Amino acid sequence: MILIDILKKDRGGQIFLAVLLVTTVTVACLNLAVPESSVWHVSTYTVTLLGKYLTYALLAVAVDLVWGYLGILSLGHSAFFALGGYAMGMYLMRQIGDRGVYGNANLPDFMVFLNWHELPWFWYGFDMFWFAALMVVLVPGILAFIFGWLAFRSQVTGVYLSIITQALTYALMLAFFRNEMGFGGNNGLTDFKDILGFDLQADSTRIGLFVASAIALALGYLACRYIVNSRLGRVAVAIRDAEDRTRFIGYRVDHVKLWIFTFSAVLAGVAGALYVPQVGIINPGEFSPLNSIELVVWVAVGGRATLYGAVLGAIAVNYGKTYFTAALPDLWLFALGALFILVTVLLPRGIVGLLRRREATQ
Amino acid sequence: MRQLEHVRETFSRGEVWSFMQPRPSSLELDVTHGTILYLEDVSVSFDGFKAINNLNLYIDAGELRCIIGPNGAGKTTMMDIITGKTRPDSGSVYFGQLINLLKLSEAEISQAGIGRKFQKPTVFEHHTVFENLELAMDGDKRVWPTLFAKLTGEQIDQIEEALEIIGLSEHLGKSAGSLSHGQKQWLEIGMLLMQNPHLLLIDEPVAGMTHQEMDRTAELLTSLAGKHSVVVVEHDMDFVRSIARKVTVLHQGSVLAEGSMDEVQNDQRVVEVYLGE
Ligand SMILES: Nc1ncnc2c1ncn2[C@@H]1O[C@H](COP(=O)(O)OP(=O)(O)OP(=O)(O)O)[C@@H](O)[C@H]1O
Ligand SMILES: [Mg+2]
Repeated sequence: MILIDILKKDRGGQIFLAVLLVTTVTVACLNLAVPESSVWHVSTYTVTLLGKYLTYALLAVAVDLVWGYLGILSLGHSAFFALGGYAMGMYLMRQIGDRGVYGNANLPDFMVFLNWHELPWFWYGFDMFWFAALMVVLVPGILAFIFGWLAFRSQVTGVYLSIITQALTYALMLAFFRNEMGFGGNNGLTDFKDILGFDLQADSTRIGLFVASAIALALGYLACRYIVNSRLGRVAVAIRDAEDRTRFIGYRVDHVKLWIFTFSAVLAGVAGALYVPQVGIINPGEFSPLNSIELVVWVAVGGRATLYGAVLGAIAVNYGKTYFTAALPDLWLFALGALFILVTVLLPRGIVGLLRRREATQ
Repeated sequence: MRQLEHVRETFSRGEVWSFMQPRPSSLELDVTHGTILYLEDVSVSFDGFKAINNLNLYIDAGELRCIIGPNGAGKTTMMDIITGKTRPDSGSVYFGQLINLLKLSEAEISQAGIGRKFQKPTVFEHHTVFENLELAMDGDKRVWPTLFAKLTGEQIDQIEEALEIIGLSEHLGKSAGSLSHGQKQWLEIGMLLMQNPHLLLIDEPVAGMTHQEMDRTAELLTSLAGKHSVVVVEHDMDFVRSIARKVTVLHQGSVLAEGSMDEVQNDQRVVEVYLGE
């Protein structure tokens, strides 16, 4: 019922969710049920790659919510993604137990290597999945809340806000690079063994994570669509288009921004948490300011303020990246820059805008 | 450090976050003395230039007041002060006897019952006419209630009524960005009506309107007075004459003359600075 309500006027969303459902089921079947010798078999490598794309897509949806609808160009969303990832990574580290190189059941390898004798307090609790899952939501959420509280109250907007979001993710990157922070320094967290008792290398676990990513993406999409369809969503667009005016008709613009920004950060955190077990590593590079900028390019390429455009953009650009970095690794950044310029100049509404125009002319 | 204190305050256990609190009762308007707006000795300067200079202005409840004055007289700045957009350097601004507007945020001032139409019409261009009115509608504008808000039949009637008044009933599904300049002005007035404010501040309502539209605006504004208090800033003298009962002339940030249109027009100082130009 609610589902029908949310998707009633969202044809793009209906198509996207249908495609997502069909793809997920097909890929899962082709991987698990079809023998490897068959041409129809989908390799586990591909499954994991697709799973990774899905988490990127969720991240892109989160960015589109704040950028496309609320008009906040966050250039720091990879920070929330990485924090969610670290929370999950810490759980996975604790799952290793005494199977590490040093065989120390109480301490992750990198701590033994640093000659630490005790687990730092902020690692407490991460041996329990529920606690880690809670942190996946809380850590990015609280950071976004505090950051947003300070920024939106003082009415920092536009380029200035974008710059401080960059500074935020950059500062976190530098911090996480330091060994004494207790998050594995520049190596980050890796060598994970299993999750909830399931072997991370097993095909079935990979499929499980892939399906979980698909579900998270679908739910994240629906939640964002619900917000966008609500009156609050219309207030968000009003803020984007005429912030002063919105304030003068009685809305607390800072509160609206704060809640939507925080929600978006939580979604980004969840995406990060699903990303880490699939790629098998989280390191401070994920905080890189460049990552946040890349994210914005995905959304721009797909088409702002559509949500499904963000999904499309994230998958298209990352598919291109996978392809490109294999063929011409040095040129990727240039290609990305060129892509951004081309899209901004030629396709201000992204791929979705192009498709719509084609439809309209027919 | 101050920010740190704010953080502490926000997260202290006893703190009930402002957006979760019921509207403070001090926002109840008290006009027992018959005056709805008091501006006393208000001054504000921008980089040393005194845009408002010891301004004293009183608006009666239910009154329709026209404010005229040459360009740069400080008319818009005065509205900025009343609505909290600009904070004065000195002076006091009260809404009724009790509400100190200098202590309230822009949103709170709006919630207290002051609506404003900007000089440059600003409507939400990407929203439809209907949605513009819906957003402006009086009601609980905190985040969570807004997320789950549903339009009741009564509210839809209210919006349709406003559409009727501003003559945009046929355009309710059109995006506001596609309206003509005059229609945008009307829509903005409609948004004001939806807020159901006690005091309406209307900055240059008829700029860009045809004569016909102007007449209708005049009619509308006069019909609003009585139930609401209305302050209109306008350059178009014919228009002012058609609605004015009492006119205030601003010049260099303070009141130069006040009275009926005829009195004001015959005032020598006014003729010098303004009408004689
Ligand atoms: N934010 C600001 N910063 C600097 N100067 C300002 C600012 N706002 C207004 N002013 C100046 O204050 C003076 C009064 O401006 P205001 O807009 O109030 O005039 P006005 O009476 O509304 O004029 P108009 O009839 O042209 O709308 C002008 O000289 C203007 O340049
Ligand atoms: Mg003005």
